[in-house]
This record gives sequence, structure tokens and C-alpha cells, in this order.
Amino acid sequence: MNQSMVKVFDIQKDDFISAGEASSSVKKILKQLGVSPEVIKRAVISMYEAEMNAVIHGGGGKGYAEFFKEHIEIIIEDNGPGIENIELAMQEGYSTAPGNIREMGFGAGMGLPNIKKHSDQLEIKSEVGKGTTLKITINF
Amino acid sequence: MKVCDIAKILNGNILFSNEKCESDFLTACGADLMSDVMAFARDNEILLTGLTNPQVVRTAEMMDIKAIVFVRGKVPPEVSLDLARELGVNIICTKLPMFVACGKLYEHGITGGVHEE
Ligand SMILES: Nc1ncnc2c1ncn2[C@@H]1O[C@H](COP(=O)(O)OP(=O)(O)O)[C@@H](O)[C@H]1O
Ligand SMILES: [Mg+2]
Repeated sequence: MNQSMVKVFDIQKDDFISAGEASSSVKKILKQLGVSPEVIKRAVISMYEAEMNAVIHGGGGKGYAEFFKEHIEIIIEDNGPGIENIELAMQEGYSTAPGNIREMGFGAGMGLPNIKKHSDQLEIKSEVGKGTTLKITINF
Repeated sequence: MKVCDIAKILNGNILFSNEKCESDFLTACGADLMSDVMAFARDNEILLTGLTNPQVVRTAEMMDIKAIVFVRGKVPPEVSLDLARELGVNIICTKLPMFVACGKLYEHGITGGVHEE
């Protein structure tokens, strides 16, 4: 594989039935590429948490997964309300998720910390009123 | 421990059993927080939970969890079962509450995995 391959996904706002499909597709591709299970897990945990954030907080958006020879780059972007204080949002336990989200098992404020922990590189760009973009790199 | 053993110990029903799944379950994790499952779960674990929405099955998929036990008599909606069938995740239901269900499995040799060391 000399050239990288890109997959694009739509992420729907508040769609708790199909949420996670993008991460699921990426998981299958990584498996086909023969990436080690440990690396696949780090990639899909990171992507799934980011995807759920776009569903829950970001009002939906788009996901991009670009597969390189030695790494994968995952971008999750939304045009939602943005994150006012990224440092605060990165803290374990910090969450603005409403009750109905908590009842579903999300909104524990562990998503961004989980992404940070499992990725090799994490870039967060966010502007209040404009949206949020996460760029996650996982090395194979 | 096989899926049918889990069901027997928990006096539960198997709602979906993946015939291809020959998994021998050795460890379990009880959680109602999916981020905790993603932060701590290991391979080949049983997930015990009181939540039944489809994202619980999704979380199991991400973590390579091949068996979910719904506790406290919670019956999963059809969308969750459909996804479990599609992904080959075994589904068991029990009336037992979380603590008792975990305790019974523990009594039968299922442990909490690496965190106990
Ligand atoms: N895409 C996003 N758009 C707007 N706010 C976000 C986004 N992602 C995260 N946040 C904010 O950061 C907080 C922490 O996120 P996270 O660690 O994933 O925890 P949780 O999703 O459980 O609340 C969220 O509660 C929310 O306030
Ligand atoms: Mg989150």
C-alpha cells in the first residue's frame, strides 16, 4: 500500500442507534490490514469516544480515517457549540452531559482522557460557536 | 466457562448464543459506565450491566467482549439484540441484581482479571 486510503463517515446528531458505526467500520479495515489487536483496540476506543462526543455534544459531524503504512489518522469534526475550556474538558470526570446521556452509560467525563491515554497523538481544535475538530494519530 | 454455564449459574436466559463463539470466559467486569468499560476491560471478559441500549453492544464490540449479561431483569430492546446478532455477541438475561450476579460468577472461579494482582 503506497498511497494512503481515506474513509469518510457521516455522524448524526443524537442518533444513539447507529452511533459507533464509523468506528466499527474502521475496526474491520484495521483487522483486514493485519494490524495487531492491541493497536486496533487503542484506535477504536479513541475513535468511538470521539464519535460519541460528536453525537452527544457536537450536534453531529463528519469522521475521516486515513490509513497509512505505519499509522492511522482519525479526524472527527463537528459544527457544534465548541469547547470553551479544553484543559478543563480534558480532566477526568468533567462532563456537561445531560441526565439522559448518563442514563445510557455515557457522560462520565472519561471520553477525552481515554482518547489521550490510548492515542499516540491528540490535537484538539475548538472554537466556541463554531465547532470542534479532533485529530487522533495511532501508530501501528 | 461457556455461555451456557454462565446462564445456568445466574439462573438466566440466553437471548442470543453465537454458535461460532467457542470462547472460554475467565474474567468479568460489572459496569454501568461505558467509558469505564473502555478504560479497563480486557479481552474475553464477560460484561455485566444494567443498561440495555445499543451502545452497550457497540462498546462490547470495540473491546472484543463476546458476552453481555443484562442484570436486574432488564430486557434489551430489539435494536440491541439485532446488533448483538450481527456482531456475534452472546446475550444473557438474569433477574439477579448486579452484586449478586457478580458474586455468583466469582464463586465459580470467574475473576476480575488483571486488576486483582
Ligand atoms: N465535540 C464536542 N463539542 C462540544 N463539547 C465537547 C465536545 N467533546 C467534548 N466536549 C465537552 O467536554 C466535556 C468532556 O468530554 P468527555 O471527556 O468526552 O466526557 P463526556 O462526554 O462523558 O462528558 C463534555 O462534557 C463537553 O462539555
Ligand atoms: Mg465523551
